[in-house]
Amino acid sequence: MTIAAARLIWPGCVCFVGIGVPSAAANLARLTHAPDIVLIYESGAIGTQPRVLPLSIGDGELAETADAVVSLPEIFSYWLQAGRIDVGFLGAAQIDRFGNLNTTVIGGYGKPKTRMPGAGGAPEIAHHAKQIFVVLKQSPRSFVAQLDFCTSAGFLNGNGERARRGIPGAGPQGVITDLGVLKPAAGSQELTLVARYENVSVDKVRAATGWPLAVADIIDVVAPPTADELRVLRDLHKRTDIAHAGDARRFRKTPRPSLEQARSIA
Amino acid sequence: MQLGSLQEIIDQYIHDGQSVALEGFTHLIPFAAGHEILRQKKRDLHLIRMTPDLIYDQLIGVGCARALTFSWGGNPGVGSLHRLRDAVENDWPRPLEIHEHSHAGMAAAYTAGAARLPFGMLRGYVATDLSSVNPQIREVRCPYTNENIATVPAINPDVTVLHAQAADRQGNILLRGIVGAQKEAALAATTLIVTVEEIVESLAAPMNAIVLPHWVVTAIAEVPTGAYPSYAHGYYARDNAFYLAWDEIARDRDRFTAWITTHVLCSRDHAEFLDSLAVAA
Repeated sequence: MTIAAARLIWPGCVCFVGIGVPSAAANLARLTHAPDIVLIYESGAIGTQPRVLPLSIGDGELAETADAVVSLPEIFSYWLQAGRIDVGFLGAAQIDRFGNLNTTVIGGYGKPKTRMPGAGGAPEIAHHAKQIFVVLKQSPRSFVAQLDFCTSAGFLNGNGERARRGIPGAGPQGVITDLGVLKPAAGSQELTLVARYENVSVDKVRAATGWPLAVADIIDVVAPPTADELRVLRDLHKRTDIAHAGDARRFRKTPRPSLEQARSIA
Repeated sequence: MQLGSLQEIIDQYIHDGQSVALEGFTHLIPFAAGHEILRQKKRDLHLIRMTPDLIYDQLIGVGCARALTFSWGGNPGVGSLHRLRDAVENDWPRPLEIHEHSHAGMAAAYTAGAARLPFGMLRGYVATDLSSVNPQIREVRCPYTNENIATVPAINPDVTVLHAQAADRQGNILLRGIVGAQKEAALAATTLIVTVEEIVESLAAPMNAIVLPHWVVTAIAEVPTGAYPSYAHGYYARDNAFYLAWDEIARDRDRFTAWITTHVLCSRDHAEFLDSLAVAA
């Protein structure tokens, strides 16, 4: 999934990335075929080249290796809102057939079954970036007929509604999952399966989708990872794991007090 | 500008029922100040922060907050803030009123607050459900182009609390690294409290550096390592392993309460808190 996502990025692309698979994919692209990609993190780091993947969106590593570090109001207004971003890379808990995204709640908003972190930068990234790539695992729980909450707009109800609402960016032009790749169909803008991984059948992708999935006439097979892609990605993850094990030695050795102990002190 | 201990400053300037913003976007999060608020058992606070992070998970988990204004409520790179979730999903330990934004919306609200404008505006929130669950997100028609632009009311906290690298003897504050919306939150507030890594003779600030001049600062406390487990660029790194470990501590109500009691409530100050983590090492 990370490698398939990385391949969508072209040299020189100005890419606004979130933490997790998007960040791994964008950095993999930078370390392989797109060394001059411009990575922007919403914490204000512009043109950053982290040696390890950041755990948080604001790790010091991002600032140290950046061309410029700006404030949050500036990153969202002068850079994102002004239309200077080629690709916004997003994840989501739920996506619908028109690429609308939910990262807010499962269940009702007032009394949610699962409260998730929420919007962050996503609604405006989805709005302003010239296009969006979405990365998430595909299952009937994540690919749903009806979102529980619309955090970030994709194509709304399709057929040009996004443009009619005056939303400038072209919306989700690629959805990369662990089963394949979906792209919006011309006209309807409905997400359509255009590629699958080797050993994944179209039926399997259909079964992992909570609506009757549209399938392209010709389905590509995603080329398997090259030795170079795998090596670079593994090295990156290894460096990252070592870096994040960090200072915690102090903390990890702290024994958990018994409840009785804690209550007696309280 | 008053220079004092963190205990006396929190006691003097933070009161039950106030709106309080402890800002810092991943970097320079004022953990020491948050812990002191927790020790002094402030109640009914309206907490404001773009990214509530672990410090608000802790304040919410012990019941200091009645309301939260925020734009992303997770443990960065790890997952959920379990205490925040428990409050929203189960009203534990008490119900929490939430005012939810996007980052761009909240940045605009702080900017308006700092400029003493009634509202901030942005091209955003279009066709999302956020404006239907937060009635404060509205629209205004541009008098020049007639287009509709989203608006958010200015955020003007009663108190903003920041952590910074250094202050000089006069009370000028220098911030550097990832600076989030700290300058805006500082200038939007009625009262500004700052903890710093150190007080120095001269800031030797580069031209155009972010300096909050002494006459906008209400009070300063010197608290070394005051952002731990967040970080202070140039002083110490973010303890990412602590953030990973917090997931398990905060998942369980009893374990959370035991941790807070042992490490925060039973420590007299931040130095003792850090010692309590190190003692067993």
